[in-house]
Amino acid sequence: MNISLSINGIKHEADVEPRLLLVHFIRDLVGLTGTHIGCETSICGACTVFLDGKPVKSCTILAVQADGTEITTIEGLAKNGQFHPVQEGFWECHGLQCGFCTTGMIMAVCGLLQENPQPTEEQIRHGLEGNLCRCTGYQHIVDSVQYAANKLKTQSAKAD
Amino acid sequence: MSFLAKYIGQKVKRTEDPRLIQGLGHYVDDIKLADTLHVAILRSPYAHAKINSINVEGAKQAPGVMAVYTGNDVEGKVGYVPCAAALPELKVPKYPVLAQGKVIFVGQPVAAVVATDKYKARDAVDLIEVDYDPLDVVTDPERAAKPDCPVIHEEFGTNVAFVHSAGTGDLEAAFKQADKIVSQRLNHPRLAPIALETRGVLAQYFPGEQQMNLWSSTQIPHLMRTQVAIMLGIPENKLRVVAPEVGGGFGSKLNVYAEEALLGWISMQLHKPVKWIETRRENMAATIHGRAQVGTVDVAVKNDGTLLGLKYNVTADVGAYHQLLTPAIPTLTGLMLSGAYKIPAISMTCTGVFTNKMSTDAYRGAGRPEATYLIERIMDRIAQELKMDPVELRRKNFPQPSEFPFGTATGLFYDSGDYDKALNKALEIVDYKKLREEQKAARAQGRLMGIGVSTYVEICAIGPSAATPAGGWESATVRVEPTGKVTVLTGISPHGQGEETSFAQIVADMLGVDLNDVLVIHGDTSIVQYGIGTFGSRGIAIGGTAIAMATEKVVAKARKLAAHMIGADEEGITFENGKFVGSPTDKAVTLQEVALSAHVAHNIPTDFEPGLVATHFFEPKNFTFPFGTHICVVELDKDTGDVKILRYVAVDDCGKQINPLLVAGQVHGGIAQGLAQALYEEVVYDENGQLLTGELMDYAVPKAHQLPRYECDHTETPTDVNPLGVKGVGEAGTIGSTPAIANAVIDALGPFGVQHIDLPLRPEKLWRAMNN
Ligand code: FES
Ligand code: FES
Repeated sequence: MNISLSINGIKHEADVEPRLLLVHFIRDLVGLTGTHIGCETSICGACTVFLDGKPVKSCTILAVQADGTEITTIEGLAKNGQFHPVQEGFWECHGLQCGFCTTGMIMAVCGLLQENPQPTEEQIRHGLEGNLCRCTGYQHIVDSVQYAANKLKTQSAKAD
Repeated sequence: MSFLAKYIGQKVKRTEDPRLIQGLGHYVDDIKLADTLHVAILRSPYAHAKINSINVEGAKQAPGVMAVYTGNDVEGKVGYVPCAAALPELKVPKYPVLAQGKVIFVGQPVAAVVATDKYKARDAVDLIEVDYDPLDVVTDPERAAKPDCPVIHEEFGTNVAFVHSAGTGDLEAAFKQADKIVSQRLNHPRLAPIALETRGVLAQYFPGEQQMNLWSSTQIPHLMRTQVAIMLGIPENKLRVVAPEVGGGFGSKLNVYAEEALLGWISMQLHKPVKWIETRRENMAATIHGRAQVGTVDVAVKNDGTLLGLKYNVTADVGAYHQLLTPAIPTLTGLMLSGAYKIPAISMTCTGVFTNKMSTDAYRGAGRPEATYLIERIMDRIAQELKMDPVELRRKNFPQPSEFPFGTATGLFYDSGDYDKALNKALEIVDYKKLREEQKAARAQGRLMGIGVSTYVEICAIGPSAATPAGGWESATVRVEPTGKVTVLTGISPHGQGEETSFAQIVADMLGVDLNDVLVIHGDTSIVQYGIGTFGSRGIAIGGTAIAMATEKVVAKARKLAAHMIGADEEGITFENGKFVGSPTDKAVTLQEVALSAHVAHNIPTDFEPGLVATHFFEPKNFTFPFGTHICVVELDKDTGDVKILRYVAVDDCGKQINPLLVAGQVHGGIAQGLAQALYEEVVYDENGQLLTGELMDYAVPKAHQLPRYECDHTETPTDVNPLGVKGVGEAGTIGSTPAIANAVIDALGPFGVQHIDLPLRPEKLWRAMNN
């Protein structure tokens, strides 16, 4: 089937098998390998990308379902060589170790902060229940989210 | 050893992070080579069965399929999956990379399909027809040792793989003198390591050069190179193993698996790159598991709480075959049975048995969490029996700081320690006295609050060589390039621990250069001299020391040339902040200038070898013994059996800290895995050997809201085992936390007279304990 979609602002057209998973389309056909696969069963969240402005697990969406959509992957998050505040938070607060969960985790955090710009620790922990991390024990991830939330708040205060 | 403290001891942000937070790191599956073929593996659906026949014709005809291989194809061509551990009279079954005539665990590789894309390869797997005759299955390790049990490896006539005894001291006398003997049967459930990145292999054979590149998500590229070269019968120096970005290991990738040699062999047949990426289902079934010991501990005590002797009789579940270190794991348990206490007599008898399950091997802690859990759990049982405070009982049996190096009845010498200090600090942080009062008040209101303490000690920085299967040293090369940039080649192959940063901190401070001018290269056997690995918290204590010593050699060499350059006496030259300063001439040259001069070599002393590089192999004389106290406070929900963690305090002593930010990360991650073991995780096989926890849907890896905020602090007791004074911290959290929370939960159940409940402490078990 022919599909056409935009990834990080670039248009991609391809003829794909109907069963091709979106994550394989992104990783293998487009060659953006920052989106990872940790389970293929919608549990780990390593494959999280933004689809039309919302975080989704790309291992459980078919590429054909993404026809006509706009997708943002981890590679599209930094702007003009500047890290996104969430990326910055993970770096500042040691929110990653092996880095495998990190890209999906960062996308999920972006989604969380979009819904709730100033979450409590409790809300952060529940908000990230679709993403597993085996390395960090989550505390530094929570700190990273708080760092990003504060940074985004300061940024939007400045913009106002 | 002299250095600035600009970076060492500081919370330095990691240099590996910019690529990782942008998704620009390269894990195995991110490496794309032109013309790569994809491998999918047919695995046994039976735990024990005879293979009558395999029909691969249909699969071979399927679109895109290039080849299909079975056990017959590799027999005599690919060597057996290796076991590097040695024990007297150890039985080592032949472990073929594809099953030959028989399968003995669910998930065992039976056939491999090679196709032009991974979907086609997986499709064709379904077209292979295998005729199996199911055989009797052995899953219960204690039954496996019984004479009437079916035998898995007929050639041995028994399922007993080894019997290992450890310990010294007059146990008989200890038990005679005892006022009380406290016994407990304990089960250490089987766990799955679950690195978030599954395993994966990419093999590329060059028929002209007869050389091979093998990328694998591994913790041990050099050891793998040796083993895979042997398995494939190719010269070791023609095999290049690369561990690229590795998405976590926890011991599960401290191994050589069937797939690594199999993929290499397939690439040699087809002269194309071939790739296999493990699915999570395969990972649950065919990547090693950990723990899986069941046994009884008996302790002889005096009424005043003095420990006299300890006996541990245990069965270790080997699984179907030995993997690389399988039989060595329970020997570590035996070594650590004295815990943080003076116990004059100790004996362990461990029977390792084959079962129709995946092999067990090193999972974070590897034998040590088993020892700590049992000793810390029995300490609470003893306290309960003697009606003593568990803290006082522990304190009473601690060796005093003046008694170090402290010799145990298991034959170890603990390097240094001040167990009281860490304990006191933790007690202070939680305000233990007040907590016990709060607990009383809570109980009076009918609430179930519990406090658990664990005062652990562990064994780290695994070396010297005499104590390890393959080299207890580590290697480093430090090179100052002509432009003054510094390249470090380390034999350690990290996979998330952040050693690109912590190693650079050491070198930058020693050479007085900027952190970003130091590049740490690891994991590529064609670039890096032979090395061992991070496991057993070897990274900084051994690998870091090798780097520091190589750096010292570089400085010594540079000093010689600097003296020549400024026309001063070598002895009078000081090196500070990247500058060699002569006296009394006060002339100076920078390290960069010396490096350039050493490479241009126009004006060097006659006995001076050009270049500025040094290599050092460091072998420690002893292990290190980090320790600490973890305290956990919980409250149980009477209606549901749910455990709520109210506080978690960890005071760890890992010696000197190079980067406290990374130390905290290691401690947090370790605690998370230890708590998960206590509350949630367990690999479950049914009586037919079917794996019930075959996906992340069924195996309970904890999520963020199931874990608490950890309150971490530390003490710092120096060690002289290595010149950096580092003890290691990779496993401490996992080791200290499981008993702390288990003790807290059992303590909470005090009003019900509960003595012990086996892990994992799931709500259903706790609810039953309250309602029976
Ligand atoms: S890979 Fe998509 S949720 Fe795990
Ligand atoms: S950083 Fe390794 S899984 Fe999260």
